[in-house]
Amino acid sequence: MYSQALNERIEGPRIVEDPEKLAAFQARIDAEERIEPNDWMPEAYRRTLIRQISQHAHSEVVGMLPEGNWITRAPSLRRKAALLAKVQDEGGHGLYLYAAAETLGVSREELYEQLLSGKAKYSSIFNYPTLTWADIGCIGWLVDGAAIMNQIPLCRTSYGPYARAMIRICKEESFHQRQGYEIMLTLCRGTPEQKAMAQDALNRWWWPSLMMFGPPDSESRHTEESMRWKIKRFTNDELRQKFVDATVPQGHYLGLTFPDPELRFDEATGHWRFGRIDWEEFKRVLAGHGPCNRERMAARRKAHEEGAWVREAVLAHAAKRRARERAQKIAAE
Amino acid sequence: MAEQPMPLWEVFIRSRTGLAHRHVGSVHAADAEMALQAARDTYTRRGEGLSIWVVPSAAITASDPAEKGPLFEPTASKIYRHPSFYEIPEEVGHM
Repeated sequence: MYSQALNERIEGPRIVEDPEKLAAFQARIDAEERIEPNDWMPEAYRRTLIRQISQHAHSEVVGMLPEGNWITRAPSLRRKAALLAKVQDEGGHGLYLYAAAETLGVSREELYEQLLSGKAKYSSIFNYPTLTWADIGCIGWLVDGAAIMNQIPLCRTSYGPYARAMIRICKEESFHQRQGYEIMLTLCRGTPEQKAMAQDALNRWWWPSLMMFGPPDSESRHTEESMRWKIKRFTNDELRQKFVDATVPQGHYLGLTFPDPELRFDEATGHWRFGRIDWEEFKRVLAGHGPCNRERMAARRKAHEEGAWVREAVLAHAAKRRARERAQKIAAE
Repeated sequence: MAEQPMPLWEVFIRSRTGLAHRHVGSVHAADAEMALQAARDTYTRRGEGLSIWVVPSAAITASDPAEKGPLFEPTASKIYRHPSFYEIPEEVGHM
């Protein structure tokens, strides 16, 4: 979901790389070799990956917030247990990814700081509110569905630790999408009010889900380099089309309609053609002016600040125990 | 005041008896006991393990990837370390 990060400009001074090393590096990439943490890599490759992996991690962590809202309001114990497990998975995914980013020489503390100061971004999708229970269904079905579309090719990304984290994540993500679709199915087979709730959620989540794949290829500045380095293996538009083709029949099976009057099946190509995406809205949300940007960041900062005493206490406790053990050892000698 | 960094631990998991522990990732924790708990929550939510090791990352000494050649290439020429280097007559049978 989270390759939106690949569309931004890389910060920092321009580095002139040794052309010989650069050629050897590209040859390894072309031979489908994986790059590992201590291997030589161009500075731009390292920076692109740090930004991409950490923004992916931030997205997982911030992604817990819209769903966490509904844990206490889930309609049954079965739904509550599933949602709790899903939100816990998102936290786990964030941790796998932070660990992968740290192998590139950035510290966890720096990464948190970048998120909390607003310097680092996270996926635009989590800045929309979850107004009804059907939104939880839509997030699983559409948001996790879009994430899977994006993440499966990332299992073959050229940087080893990132690829390995993605393999773990993809294995777990399938449950997320299925539980979401099941929620939608139950609502659509329920009362007219429940079905209307499902339709309303689809109306609100459809376009933001399509925006998750990032700007169109014609405007995406860094796709080419990321493709050459095999960080990314499909373009934004290719992945978006795959998602639409997979998702539209699932929506029709639910008996729902999509909020796009131009949506139609193109017999000649076998693809679903869709209308124009509102890229102005996308830019607005990414720039911090979505419906929930401020609320999400305030919640993250609050959690981080209120947890500070725990982090201090466990470190102090560990230091005290180490000192005591040392003293006992000396006394015994 | 900047926060003190939380120590880093490498996590190894034995997925089944009879298999060796395998590196799965890392966690941050103040001490070994908390590292084990964090590793359990992070890496074994679906029955992936029967046993966990956590090792302070700073305790690992790794070979330098740039030294890959001098370290590992010499073995390529030592084909006499493989059983197929030796010729045994067919009549002797499987050995």
